[in-house]
Amino acid sequence: MKCANLTRPARRAHNPRMGTRRTIAGAMVMLSSALAGGCVSVTAPNEPIVIELNINIRQEVIYRLAEDVRQNIDENPEIF
Amino acid sequence: MATIMNRTFATALAGGLVLAGLAFSAPALAQRDPAYQAARSAGQIGEKPDGYLGVVGSQPAAIQSLVSDLNIRRRENYAQKAQQQGVTLQEYAITQGCILIARTSPGEKYQDPDGNWQTRGSGPPVRNAHCP
Repeated sequence: MKCANLTRPARRAHNPRMGTRRTIAGAMVMLSSALAGGCVSVTAPNEPIVIELNINIRQEVIYRLAEDVRQNIDENPEIF
Repeated sequence: MATIMNRTFATALAGGLVLAGLAFSAPALAQRDPAYQAARSAGQIGEKPDGYLGVVGSQPAAIQSLVSDLNIRRRENYAQKAQQQGVTLQEYAITQGCILIARTSPGEKYQDPDGNWQTRGSGPPVRNAHCP
């Protein structure tokens, strides 16, 4: 109860001023993000290229790991 | 002189062999569990491209728990190895899948890249294009 009484006036004192400032700041952020959002949507066609790159990296990794994997199978025959 | 040299060499060689025997006897004893081997041969369990075992069709609960137990141990092993090699768990597991499918014996089951169970024949298995 005491806590509630202490916090309530503090909130009221802050809210009116901060409210208007935050609204303006929020609008600015939304406007900028909306503008940025338009730019991001343009990068969508690039996505397949990124996926292809990941496959190439993985294939290289797989080739590198093959020998270690063969050794691992020989060392742990009970689980393979 | 030559015989003494030969004898020392022979003793050293024998000692070395004993030591090597002791060092390798423990891993050599660890083999596939007979129940697991039997289930593999019967085509109840198959190798999957993701590096884990799969239950082929509907199988008894004992087979299912055997598979999940081995997969937990495999995952633990892959995680450790992946960290050592500086790769992701999935990358290590997929490489395991490639090699394990390649090593299946004729008559054993494996999953092809489309997810269908295949029986290993005498020829090479159908694997993912990324396999070495």
